[in-house]
Amino acid sequence: MNTILENPTQTTLANAPAWLADRRTAGLEQFKALPMPSARDEMWRFASVGRLSIDGFNVTDAPAAETLTALVERSNLITKREGLSVYVDDSPAAFEGISEALSAKGVVYLPIAEAIAQHPELMEKYFLKESTELGSEKFFGLHAASVKAGSVLYVPKGVEIEKPFVNYYWTSGARAAVFPHTLVIAEDNAKASVVDIFFSETEENEALNVSVSNIHAGAGANVFRKIVQDWNEKTVSFQLDTTVADRDAQVKNVAVNIGAERARFENQTRIEGPGADVKMYSLTVAEENQEFDQRTFQTHNAGNAVSDLLYKNALLDNARTIFSGLIKVAEGAQQTDAYQTNRNLLLDPTAEANALPGLEILANDVKCSHGATTGNVDEDELFYMMSRGISKRVAMQLMVFGFFEEVIEKVESDELAENLRILIRNKFESKIK
Amino acid sequence: MNTLEIKNLNVSIDGQAILKDFSLTIPKGEVHALMGPNGTGKSTLAKVIAGHEDYTVESGEVLLDGVNILGGEPDDIAKAGLFLAFQYPLEIPGVSIANFIRAARQARLPEGEDINAVEYYKELYAKMDALKMDRKFTARSLNEGFSGGEKKRCEILQMSMLDPKYCIMDETDSGLDIDALRIVSEGVNLMRSEERGFLVITHYQRLLDYIVPDVVHVMFDGRIVHSGDAELAKELESKGYDWVKEEFVGAPA
Ligand SMILES: Nc1ncnc2c1ncn2[C@@H]1O[C@H](COP(=O)(O)OP(=O)(O)OP(=O)(O)O)[C@@H](O)[C@H]1O
Ligand SMILES: [Mg+2]
Repeated sequence: MNTILENPTQTTLANAPAWLADRRTAGLEQFKALPMPSARDEMWRFASVGRLSIDGFNVTDAPAAETLTALVERSNLITKREGLSVYVDDSPAAFEGISEALSAKGVVYLPIAEAIAQHPELMEKYFLKESTELGSEKFFGLHAASVKAGSVLYVPKGVEIEKPFVNYYWTSGARAAVFPHTLVIAEDNAKASVVDIFFSETEENEALNVSVSNIHAGAGANVFRKIVQDWNEKTVSFQLDTTVADRDAQVKNVAVNIGAERARFENQTRIEGPGADVKMYSLTVAEENQEFDQRTFQTHNAGNAVSDLLYKNALLDNARTIFSGLIKVAEGAQQTDAYQTNRNLLLDPTAEANALPGLEILANDVKCSHGATTGNVDEDELFYMMSRGISKRVAMQLMVFGFFEEVIEKVESDELAENLRILIRNKFESKIK
Repeated sequence: MNTLEIKNLNVSIDGQAILKDFSLTIPKGEVHALMGPNGTGKSTLAKVIAGHEDYTVESGEVLLDGVNILGGEPDDIAKAGLFLAFQYPLEIPGVSIANFIRAARQARLPEGEDINAVEYYKELYAKMDALKMDRKFTARSLNEGFSGGEKKRCEILQMSMLDPKYCIMDETDSGLDIDALRIVSEGVNLMRSEERGFLVITHYQRLLDYIVPDVVHVMFDGRIVHSGDAELAKELESKGYDWVKEEFVGAPA
């Protein structure tokens, strides 16, 4: 079969500059040269690599116009927004650009191809520059060779934008391979927020996702990125995300993971300037045979900065989660505060949560904490709730929502928070008996 | 029929008998106090009635208005009209008081019917005001980080919001300061009616100064060994339990 994995080719964009062709070629070489992940590899420990069935997927043609229209209509999680992009199987379906007022200030919000054509220097500086160090280098290569869909947000110095830019990435066609890319560049003291939403058209369409997202936060910049991953359970997904934070930058990432048959999430944070403050929050609902494989890396190359990570997973059925977190504090990065917490709530005894926290500290004056807890539903809490007349099922739902509330509160948008609660509730309705 | 009737209840845990042929009838409209030394089985009795699964019921019945509730699911027992104010209320992270009580009220409605949110909050706030609870508490996680006294007030708030037929209060007075004791007692007294029965478990007369019981029972070693009127509690306060034990141990088997 002629699929993208057996016979990968570079995607060519019209009038592509040489640097882009070089990066694509390098990506393709990297993909071909590196072996498939093996269970013996430390970066893939506990992952069921045998289930990494990624062949047979291919780049698909643009879906029918009705499909695009229907999915644009369903792209309605956030109504108060500054910009919107909708891609289906990596084909553009809708794009709401920014106001003239923002353009006049130098703000750029464009699909990748147009950003390359209109702002080549900017794209040369940032696009496809951050690979991953967490094990999916091979797949980053495939992404670099194949990416064509995605949005770029550039906010110049001192410009503050309150409402979010919302990017929807849908899959639709049979065995589609998609390579979405979100790039956010916030210059010094700029403020912006983006929401990336990953959806499948139906419960059945099988898909492979290899997405990359990069945030560059300049000095004093403030960036908030929210991610909703709700692929169907026929999707194999890799999300390779990197945040680079300069002096005094504040970056917050909140990820809600509900979907995919197998989802690998590599989330890297690199602190390059003192005073930076980066938060990485995630909540995951894992059910049936889902596997969520979470690898995180907090690198402090400058002192006096904070990184705070909280990953919460609720597991049902035979689901598995793997959390492997690494904190690295470079020599001289004194007065670093780096925190890492993974909490797992097992709702069924057959579910399995694995945790591998790690620290590498080369500075001596630091505050680092890392910890993981895994617990079952507390029977006494359940009795207490039921003794008020609440059924076991509702009590368990309340407990799970209580467990997640700590993360949901952090999205700081009532509309999105409510929509997230609905997505999670829908996933649970039939589940908790 | 209008009674909570506990008949010859035998309960054990890990093979050890805790309740021994325990019998007690609480008619609606009455307040019964249950006193007795630590470890005699008062909380066990309360939890067994409420449907806790950890205990083994060897024999007996608990009839709520004539219907046996023993062995039922805790939520069904609650919906039948029983409320247990816990000696040690549990902390439920991330679940607000308002949402929790709302879920409990919702559970009592027929399928498809919804709570009227405006009326619900009006009632909730009025009852919190009466218990001198700050309205900010509605948004706080249930019992999480509450002081001992705050937890007990929250129990009484739930009790008054859920309109039970029979209330079992397990040491609601412990952890309360004098003012809180008075406020909570007033809350309970407001709920006293011909339609409702109470079992008040306590070690202290001071609660019974406020919530004056109709009957006082002394429990020892898994059963009631002595019953009397409100004066009995005063007698216990001054004399302790020793005379009860002596009387009990001395009594023919
Ligand atoms: N879950 C349990 N496992 C083992 N033993 C238990 C359990 N629950 C209660 N017991 C035992 O049963 C006996 C009665 O306990 P219970 O809590 O009912 O006493 P109580 O009368 O409420 O005491 P207090 O006045 O101290 O509250 C005690 O000996 C206690 O240790
Ligand atoms: Mg007790």
